[in-house]
Amino acid sequence: MSKLVSLFCGIIFGIGLVISEMINPEKVLGFLNFFGNWDPSLVFVMIGAIIVFSPMYHLLKNKEKPIFKESFTHLNNKKIDKNLIIGSSLFGIGWGLVGLCPGPAVASLALFNKSSAVFVIAMFVGFYLVKLLDLRTQAR
Amino acid sequence: MNIVNFTPLSALIGGITIGFAVFLFFIFNGRMTGVSGIASSFLISKNNRIDNLLFLIGLMLGPFFYNFFTKHKIEILITNSLFLLIIAGLLVGLGTRISGGCTSGHGISGMGRFSLRSIIATVIFMAVGILTVFIKNFV
Repeated sequence: MSKLVSLFCGIIFGIGLVISEMINPEKVLGFLNFFGNWDPSLVFVMIGAIIVFSPMYHLLKNKEKPIFKESFTHLNNKKIDKNLIIGSSLFGIGWGLVGLCPGPAVASLALFNKSSAVFVIAMFVGFYLVKLLDLRTQAR
Repeated sequence: MNIVNFTPLSALIGGITIGFAVFLFFIFNGRMTGVSGIASSFLISKNNRIDNLLFLIGLMLGPFFYNFFTKHKIEILITNSLFLLIIAGLLVGLGTRISGGCTSGHGISGMGRFSLRSIIATVIFMAVGILTVFIKNFV
């Protein structure tokens, strides 16, 4: 059942990206063009998502276990460190260059867009390099 | 600053839809939704590999379902050179894994949990993204 939920959540998430137009990098770049012609839509996407998720999370976070798995995968990392700052900055540069972040990049593969395919392959190479070169622990 | 192309209603409805997916993934599977985490775990970890793959497939099916039910054509525009796409993809892959999250992982799941780490990450990647676009406009 958990596998069906994963598929379903992916589908719903993908539909949300299309409705909000965040699947279109041009729309995201409009948000990042804060000092020019600014499109604040992305803020509303985040507000919409957080007003649904946040209250439910805080209401249910102390439950013993989720419905289809044995335990919650709680994230315990609270460190505000070099990794957080350097990583977020690198991500910000890549995001600003093209307007794609991981969610929309993967979802837009469905449109058979060659550019997003190149981006996604490079992104996976990036994921692999972090693992291969152990970048997270080294910077710690 | 000029406000243009602002679509608050579709943004809010799309956001609520995404929030619903994040909530379901949490309460049924006990996990936080972060697409960079899910995609990189699929690549490098055996744990939950099928779950992660199915989520990614779902993410790609979403646009198909939308298209099928609404008959709206989804249009996206990417004008960057091949070189820039590769550099940007690499930076996004490296950056999101070094900092442990992207727009969904830090921006929605993390901020929704009121995680200070995620709030700081979101402020940084947005500020740097805005700065990058600002500089790009001059080059």
